Order: sequence, then structure tokens, then C-alpha cells
Amino acid sequence: MTPPGGTGPLVPGQSAAADWALSPIAVADWLGAASLVAGALLSLAAAIGVLRFPDTLSRMHAATKPQVLGVLLVLLGVSLRLRTLADLGMVALAGIFQLATAPVAAQMVGRAAYRSGRVERRLLDVDELAEH
Amino acid sequence: MNHLLTVVIAGLLSMTALLALVRLYRGPSLMDRVVAADMLLATIVAAVGAEAAINRHATTLPVLVVLALLGFIGAVALVRFAAPEKKQ
Repeated sequence: MTPPGGTGPLVPGQSAAADWALSPIAVADWLGAASLVAGALLSLAAAIGVLRFPDTLSRMHAATKPQVLGVLLVLLGVSLRLRTLADLGMVALAGIFQLATAPVAAQMVGRAAYRSGRVERRLLDVDELAEH
Repeated sequence: MNHLLTVVIAGLLSMTALLALVRLYRGPSLMDRVVAADMLLATIVAAVGAEAAINRHATTLPVLVVLALLGFIGAVALVRFAAPEKKQ
């Protein structure tokens, strides 16, 4: 019987009960797997939103927020399963780039959509950019 | 666990990419296509990262960084280009 995660070398003489005791490595592996699956689920939710939402602004919303959170969860899973400092730095860099660039891209898309009139007006509560 | 994880994540991310492709095909405007392409790229980032995590190697981590920047540059360039699509 191998411990969940299957990475830690088994110490001879360990009992089966000790195999299932939660070592930090196994916990990190399971947490990493859980965040990978959660990130993939959030990506799928974002894709469903992009496919089904009615206008460009709401699609942009769906493609930005859950998608970035999904990618961040996947990156968290990567760092939980790799567990070395150099890899952690690279993953953190990718996450920071995602966090820094996604709002800018979303704002540009939203502005271009608004300016070219691709906004479903009846879906807006308040149009703060409208001329009074 | 690894095998199950691979199957589940591959299924979820393939579904995501397929839905993004459907939106990319349907449009209707260039903005929607930019959004869908951005999403497709983010899905690829997630897939490359998940593969690195499952197989426990770090060779593709620089690809993640490059893809994260590339998607932003592509989206911004296309949107700036497409802004005067319709006259106000």
C-alpha cells in the first residue's frame, strides 16, 4: 500500500496505518490535485459563460474573472506539487503577469466594446458613461 | 491518482477549449473573438501548468510566463486595432 500521492519513499517497517497518516508531502499533493481540478472547473465555468452570455461586456466579464482565478488555482496546484524554490519563483511570475495584465486587457476590451456600440443597453442598470 | 487526475483535467480543459472555440467561430464581433482567443490562451496556460504539475517537471514553466504576456499583448493590439470598427 502506497501513501496517497505516491511520492514519499516508504520507510521499511512503516505500518499500514502510518502510510495513511497525513505526511506534509501527501497533504501538499492532495491539495495540489484539488486546486488543479478546481482551476479546471473554474475555467470550464468561464467558458460556459463566454458561450452563453448575451453581449460582449458580460462575455468579457466571464472571460476575465473566473478565468484568471482558474489559472491562479492551477498555478497554486503546480507550486504545491513541485515544491522547489526556483519553480515557485517562475510560477509566481506567471501569476503576477496574469493578475497585472488581465484587468488592463479587460478594460481595453470593455472600452472598445462600449465605443463601438456593442453594449446591450437594456441589460445595464446604470450607464455611467452616457451623456446627460 | 495521477491517471485519474490526468483524465479529469484533460476532459475539463478540452471542454473549455471547445466552448471557447465555438464562441471564436460564432463571433459576432471582433471583440467577442478577441475575448474568446484570450480565453483559449488562458486555457492553454492552465493545460501546460497542469501537465507540469501532474508529471512533476519544470521544463515548461517559462512557457507559462511567455504565454501569460503574449495573451495580453495580442488582446491589447487587436482591440486597439479594432476600436474604430463602427462609426459612433
